[in-house]
Amino acid sequence: MKLRWERRLDVPKWLLVVAPAAAVLGALLLGAMLMLATGTDPVKVYGVMLKYSFGSKNDLAETGVKMIPLLLCSLGVGMAMRMQLWNVGAEGQFYAGAIAAAWLPLFHPDLPAGIMLPGMFALGLLGGGIWALLAAIPRAYWGIDEVITTLMFNYIAVLGVAYLATGPWQDQNGNRSFPASPLFVETAHLPTFGDTRMHLGLIFGLVAAVILALVLSRTSWGYQIRVIGESPKAAKYAGMQVARNILLVMFLSGGLAGLAGMTEVSGIVHRIQPEFSAGYGFSAIIVAALARGNPLATVLVSFLFGALIVGGFALQTVNMSSKVVLMLQGAILFAVLASDFFVHYRVHFARRPRAIQPVNQSADRKALS
Amino acid sequence: MTQALWLSVIQGAFLLSTPVLLAALGGVLTARAGILNLGVEGIMLVGAFTGFSVAMTSSSAWVGLLAAMLAGAALGLLFALFSITLRANQIVAGLALTMFATGLSGYLGKPWIGVVSPAVFGVLRLPLLSDLPIMGEIFFRYNLLVYLSYLLVPFLWYFIFRSRPGLRLRSAGENPLAADTMGINVIRLRYLYTAVGSALAGAAGAYLSLAYTPGWIENMTAGRGWIAVALMIFSGYNPIGVLAGSLLFGAVSAIALRAQAAGTAISPFLLNMMPYILTVLALLVTTRRNRGKPGPAFLGVAYDREGH
Repeated sequence: MKLRWERRLDVPKWLLVVAPAAAVLGALLLGAMLMLATGTDPVKVYGVMLKYSFGSKNDLAETGVKMIPLLLCSLGVGMAMRMQLWNVGAEGQFYAGAIAAAWLPLFHPDLPAGIMLPGMFALGLLGGGIWALLAAIPRAYWGIDEVITTLMFNYIAVLGVAYLATGPWQDQNGNRSFPASPLFVETAHLPTFGDTRMHLGLIFGLVAAVILALVLSRTSWGYQIRVIGESPKAAKYAGMQVARNILLVMFLSGGLAGLAGMTEVSGIVHRIQPEFSAGYGFSAIIVAALARGNPLATVLVSFLFGALIVGGFALQTVNMSSKVVLMLQGAILFAVLASDFFVHYRVHFARRPRAIQPVNQSADRKALS
Repeated sequence: MTQALWLSVIQGAFLLSTPVLLAALGGVLTARAGILNLGVEGIMLVGAFTGFSVAMTSSSAWVGLLAAMLAGAALGLLFALFSITLRANQIVAGLALTMFATGLSGYLGKPWIGVVSPAVFGVLRLPLLSDLPIMGEIFFRYNLLVYLSYLLVPFLWYFIFRSRPGLRLRSAGENPLAADTMGINVIRLRYLYTAVGSALAGAAGAYLSLAYTPGWIENMTAGRGWIAVALMIFSGYNPIGVLAGSLLFGAVSAIALRAQAAGTAISPFLLNMMPYILTVLALLVTTRRNRGKPGPAFLGVAYDREGH
């Protein structure tokens, strides 16, 4: 018996939905087995994670709070992914957007409310977009792989935030052991829903998802992006501006991540402090992969991953590393890749076909060399 | 600068170049077979954790190193399963591996944080050589792993570019179909070199936890795995180029570290940015120069005999 596989000629629609769902379940099961093997009770781990992410109205709101930056980052990563661009720098663009947005309330606290939030919105978008361009320009004009450069810019941005929070932007009257910038003025806080921490960023994310879905499916520009992604050569022959579109898509991709940074500082943190992202930019890669770059699917997936991140923080309350969540996310991404294989190939058991054996194989080899 | 300061920068350069050198050499070996492994950062972390925890329980740094290399090879095989057999996109598979392995090392490593190990690779004093004035201090006051890593450079260069198995290795990356036609088992070869390259990344991690800063800290590689990948690319997938690049990286990191220790007014966060900025700049400069020889032709492309 031997496993054989052949490429499916057409992929059934239901498989495109069932496969990623099965992938997530499979990865969680694998994670459970790994925990069992290393002496941790998976029921307890998943129980804690579920309770803290869906247990009450406030827990649910907290899941929503984590979903907001995740959704915005994932939309950006997914958009680049459509063009076969690997923007693994959303984490850095998130911070760049946060820094740019924070500059306004920190240095111009007296601006009227009508200018403050729109100004921060624009700065966040610009900050993230420009940070992404630093990697996009070398990619578009000299073909320098964007994976490595966007990653390097992540480290630089993380250090940049730490530098500002402990250096020039540090609150001189604040707690010395937790260096951070002064708190923003009230006018720079995003409005929240009811008594929860859920803020207006959710609307930004949902609106962005709808706009992106329309642009990608209904405009000729959306079509161009897909063509460039699938066949840059064909796109060039058709007269499409490949380099310019790489810049534009990466700018928007980074801009969305930067906007995520803006909503996080304006809606939750209310200041600049070291490492306030829960790895949103990295999780966004998996969310985008699971949603296959589809903006509406991204909304659903980022909600689930928001729960996963909340659950990760909860694990620290039972003295476990929140890194368990990163492990699960990696496993999910692996499972998605495996499920992709089963989507594109039909696998079946087959008896090894009786091959015609050459009379003397080694003699043939010798004759060749 | 005083002589003592110079010496400490040079020694720091050698010590800091070693982990990226080892990991990048492994990457070159794998890439020459046509596989782009972006999981190096994660493999290094698992290597660092495995090396440290096994050395602790076995009281032998060597057993720890071996375990780290085996763990690295195992992760390499996992990556190979996805990128070679399941023909997954190698970039995504590499990212998945880095996340999974980073998470795994953090999860398993939690109880080991702050533990001090007695079994580590200490400075190896060579008779006569280590006692030479200045030269001895510059070149012969390191742990064994540093020497081994540097010896690996000429060995791998010869292996890849001048030996028969090296020719077969390169053929799998340059033209897998032709290699297959010649009777070379491309799939097996790619599995093999992915495992060997990942074992070296595991060793690079063990170097950090058993020699450079003995102990286990979450995320202790701090992006060195990614820098190794960048080094591999901008060296043109050549061990000699990797050597030059790692020394440059080591020197810049060492200068940043010494400047910090000497108490300069520059923020340590800004100094720590230097290696990453340098990496981007080096990529910019060398990629334009390397236009003619961009590396193995089929790097990152899954091999499928039926050519789908």
